[in-house]
Amino acid sequence: MNTTSQIETADGAPRVVSAGYVWYSPLDWWRFLRRWPVIPVLVIVLVVFGALFANQISDHEPDKGNLRARDIPPLWFEGSSTEYPLGTNNLGQDMLVRVLEGARVSLVVASVAVLFGLFVGTLTGMLAGYFGGLLDEILMRLVDLWSSLPLLMIAIIWAVSIQPSLWSVTLLLSIFSWSAGTRNIRGEILSLKSRDFVIASRTMGASDFRILWRHLFPQIVHIVIVVTTLRTGALIVAESGLSFLGVGLPASVPSWGLLITQGRAFLTTTNWWMSIVPGLFLFFTVMSLNFLGDWLRDRLDPRLRQID
Amino acid sequence: MRRYLARRLLFAVLTLWGVTILVFGLSRLGPDPLLAYVRDDTYGLSADTVAELKAKWGLDRPVYVQYFVWLGNILQGDMGESIATQRSVSQTIFEALPNSLQLAAVAWVLGTIPGVMLGVISAVKRGSGIDYFGRSIALIGQATPAFWLAILCILLFAGYLQWLPSATKAPATSPLLTQAKHFIMPAFVLAFDPWATYLRLTRSSMLEVLDSEYVKLARAKGASTGSVILRHALRNALIQPITVSALVLAAFITGSVFVETVFAWPGIGRLAVQGALDNDAPIVAGTALIFGFGYVALNFVADMLYLVIDPRIRYS
Repeated sequence: MNTTSQIETADGAPRVVSAGYVWYSPLDWWRFLRRWPVIPVLVIVLVVFGALFANQISDHEPDKGNLRARDIPPLWFEGSSTEYPLGTNNLGQDMLVRVLEGARVSLVVASVAVLFGLFVGTLTGMLAGYFGGLLDEILMRLVDLWSSLPLLMIAIIWAVSIQPSLWSVTLLLSIFSWSAGTRNIRGEILSLKSRDFVIASRTMGASDFRILWRHLFPQIVHIVIVVTTLRTGALIVAESGLSFLGVGLPASVPSWGLLITQGRAFLTTTNWWMSIVPGLFLFFTVMSLNFLGDWLRDRLDPRLRQID
Repeated sequence: MRRYLARRLLFAVLTLWGVTILVFGLSRLGPDPLLAYVRDDTYGLSADTVAELKAKWGLDRPVYVQYFVWLGNILQGDMGESIATQRSVSQTIFEALPNSLQLAAVAWVLGTIPGVMLGVISAVKRGSGIDYFGRSIALIGQATPAFWLAILCILLFAGYLQWLPSATKAPATSPLLTQAKHFIMPAFVLAFDPWATYLRLTRSSMLEVLDSEYVKLARAKGASTGSVILRHALRNALIQPITVSALVLAAFITGSVFVETVFAWPGIGRLAVQGALDNDAPIVAGTALIFGFGYVALNFVADMLYLVIDPRIRYS
């Protein structure tokens, strides 16, 4: 008795159907992975989870080194140890714990900055689009001005004048990102505000605040979501870049950028993994955020392709 | 057209002015304005000297006077003295500037030509292996910070393969090949980011053009594929990449800070970072001003290029 048969599908990929079960071919899995952002979400969840539970994942402390366990490479390399899955640095500090601690720092700084940026950016975008006139002109010229300034230079002067700390860097990145999405939101509000439902609610005597908050804001939430996701990745890169140069977080805070820069001295001699491990975390996190952001953009509003 | 030009020029000047205010304001955020000129440990200075120095830079007068004294000095080319080396800031900057410009020029060529070419091939052979390869590069480029790419390159080409030197610029007296070898890695790393930009832009505008009526007409009248792509489509598809090429140079300002730091390139980006690490306020302010100027100027050039290249755009 033959319960297995081949079905010729439209795309030519054979699907084996056996006793009610559909066996998906690798191609189907590939399609599934391309259609849904499974891997990016998984990576982001893992990084967030690791950052939250860094203390529970390992007994080692980020700052405490074990001088007897210096220079241990990550697993599967010669001389590695299961006690230190990602190896140790030149001071015998556990790379896994330090990288997770770095994830905590990077995520906190980036999320605070992105939330601030979104709040101010959404507000300015909505106000500029809704009220128009002089306010619009002033706000949009400010956005133009802000996007034509080399922000890295500001960060460098800032680091000389102010002793860098976790909060000064967060503040700086928040200032950088205030104009996030302003332009897109303004454009959307401009086209929405002359639509019937806005005119109707105005006729019924709704206040400007009520129109903005109850009627217009829900219509632009998707822009805010997409900009948040894409901006978070950019801010993680910016923060690690500043810390890498030594003008960001102080040396006592093991952010990813700092860990990468600490490994530079050992790059071509002994401990290549000191830079590579935190760099891989940075790369995969940002890549996942970008993928997720692109996916959300295509899903929620394909017109948003203009956002950088 | 002329009005647009005047408006744009006015905006550029205003931005520059904003840059000077920002640089001035930020460099005086510290507890004592004197810190913008001399080192933290003022114990060696007597009260008289401090007063004399303050009078010299107008620090005993209101802030706006201080600003104009500072601005006046800069307009005359006097950016003060470096705290770390006691040398003139403008001279230090102009010694480092050629190194940065050379690196930027090489990286610009390395970024533009392959980037545009890959974009054209991606568009013409849409869905092919090259298209996927190019688009993967674009995606990876977005998520790879220049400093980390630089580290990967050093690990591979200088550490493991030992093909290229890991850092610095070769002295001008060394053989040409040695000098070129020192250029390869920094320029490539700097050029990687624009690749992604060019590729995406060229690909999308090329796809748009290839779909247009006049390209179909050219095909219909029997022009060869090469002629259609190179003579009909590419010319119009190049408008955006060419405009962006000025912005790419502006992006090199930020990129070079990272690349020069990793590769110990004796340019102006490294000077800025070194100044920050040394708490050398005059150097940092000087480099920031130069960067700000370059940035504003290149943004202006990009807008002008757009106007010159695309005759369809006429601002009234």
